[in-house]
Amino acid sequence: MSETYLIAFDGSAASARALTFGAERARASGARLLLAHVLEWSPYSFLSAEEVAERHKRRTEEVGRAETVILEPVRKKLTAQGLSVETVVRYGHVAEVLCDLATEYGATQIIVGRTGEKGLQARLFGSVAGTLAQAAPVPCTIVP
Amino acid sequence: MKYAFAALAAASVLAGPAQASLAEQVDAVFAASTTWFVNLIFANLPGTGVPWIVGWLVAGAVVFTLYFGFIQFRAFGHALQIVRGKYSDPKDAGEVSPFQALTAALSGTVGLGNIAGVAVAVSIGGAGATFWMILAGLLGMASKFTECTLGVKYRNEYPDGTVSGGPMYYIKKGFAERGLPLGGFMAVMFSIFCVLGSLGGGNMFQANQAASQVSSVLGVPTWITGLVLSGIVFLVIVGGIKSIARVTEKVVPFMGGGYFLVGMSILILNWDMIGWAFSEIIRGAFTDSGIVGGMVGAIIQGFRRAAFSNEAGIGSAAIAHSAVRTKEPISEGFVSLLEPFIDTVIICTMTALVIIITQQLLIDANTGMYILGENGRIANVEGVGAGVPLTSAAFGSAFGWAPYALSLAVFLFAFSTMITWSYYGVKAWTYMFGEGEAKELVFKLIFCFFIFVGAVTSLDAVIDFSDAALFSMAIFNIIALYFLMPIVKRELNSYLLRLKSGQIKAYK
Repeated sequence: MSETYLIAFDGSAASARALTFGAERARASGARLLLAHVLEWSPYSFLSAEEVAERHKRRTEEVGRAETVILEPVRKKLTAQGLSVETVVRYGHVAEVLCDLATEYGATQIIVGRTGEKGLQARLFGSVAGTLAQAAPVPCTIVP
Repeated sequence: MKYAFAALAAASVLAGPAQASLAEQVDAVFAASTTWFVNLIFANLPGTGVPWIVGWLVAGAVVFTLYFGFIQFRAFGHALQIVRGKYSDPKDAGEVSPFQALTAALSGTVGLGNIAGVAVAVSIGGAGATFWMILAGLLGMASKFTECTLGVKYRNEYPDGTVSGGPMYYIKKGFAERGLPLGGFMAVMFSIFCVLGSLGGGNMFQANQAASQVSSVLGVPTWITGLVLSGIVFLVIVGGIKSIARVTEKVVPFMGGGYFLVGMSILILNWDMIGWAFSEIIRGAFTDSGIVGGMVGAIIQGFRRAAFSNEAGIGSAAIAHSAVRTKEPISEGFVSLLEPFIDTVIICTMTALVIIITQQLLIDANTGMYILGENGRIANVEGVGAGVPLTSAAFGSAFGWAPYALSLAVFLFAFSTMITWSYYGVKAWTYMFGEGEAKELVFKLIFCFFIFVGAVTSLDAVIDFSDAALFSMAIFNIIALYFLMPIVKRELNSYLLRLKSGQIKAYK
């Protein structure tokens, strides 16, 4: 059975490192790549009446931007190199959504970059990589 | 209304020293130009002391409660599960969640009605008004359910992904669907009253209470608060400075929570009095406690304030809820029925209990009757006016710092309610005059102007006009709800059937 690597990609330098790492491994093992862009979103935040009315429009714009600007160029580049690449855009708590996606797509490994946040903020809110290390349903590689 | 414009245009060129007389002028002109409207809406039912419009709202709420078989109690648990996200498809994350729909609509209702309105109710109707307020809140849940379900079902969806909805849309489309006449006419009438309600209860009442609170606690003249509020709202709704609105939307829920906590602590500190307070409420609800109008007076005040506070049957919440993209109109109706409960049954009751328990209202020790002031209101310990000052005095008697915190809360509540109501007003305005930025701008400018008018006018004139404008929305809305409620019933039965069969499934 061929492998699937789930790579969290948001266009940042850290996620680019994760992508490079994952692509190299995929070339060697023939694994399929699943690039996931997760937009941070809480159903319990507060919106004004006007924001409620515009939400669907904004969401459509955000998804469109994520697909065309962030994921599509990378997908094209990797496909040209002969890799099998799929992309997905989701909303939610980033680490939780990545765990759900891994199960949903039967990923054999999750690969994420590390932003290297230190200090109070990281302690209080934790990091995506830290949460995944504790909660991922499949092996998780954290790329520094 | 034309005279008010003229008076202000002329007076606004005058410099500072003329401000006191300006306020008086605005005041007089305002009272003179709105009295006929107020008298029409609050005319008594022939041979009784009950305003027909209050009877109208309560009758509607009773009809919906019976027609849908006490849906507010049957669906209460399910509604909480929906808000918790139990039935939300994770794939829809990023769309408006049921929780967000609930809080956005609540931001238009939780606010001054809960702080000032309740104080007015108990200072005229005594403790007994609280009982009728709670009852009206519970009944109102069924009205809210009906109107918000229809709001979602008959909204307009535009190609760019935005939506417009509310009573004007379900009146027009729903009547056409059922082959009933006059839908278009009633939709326009509703829109006219919605614009007036937006300027009245959603604007001037808020500005007025905020200004009088800031003036009594901090000594700032009302016209300054009026100008400041007007300026900030202008920046947000006309200038598009979203960051201010965003800050408020974040702060207001915590204000609401803080208000609830402080109120609860006062109740807990006086826990031995709670039994007495409830016996006062029951006694006042069913006997003559010495207020004007006796027991009927308590009923009227309770119902009036509940309706003003939770807006059930008014149609406003349907505008907010219809913007939510949900597959099931009924589930949005279920979410909305929680609003009168939170707003009236919980928060308003708490305010009333605080006022009663801290014994702000003077009772004659010999007769057990309330002592009336010369204006027909019950005299209070501090001798302050009804509205925010009374609530403020009640909270202040327990915590010395409370009036300052309350001033801030009142200011922010007023602001967030104005922002929400400006949205309702714009929707009704564009329904009548067509969508378009220039048309929206005209309304928004009028809206900002009325903030100033509201801040400087006297409380009685403003409250009466606010009430009248807001209640008048209910005239056409409830007529429409009577004709359209079979559609809601069909939706409800189908929903409940699919919920039972597992077709509507829980994700968590």
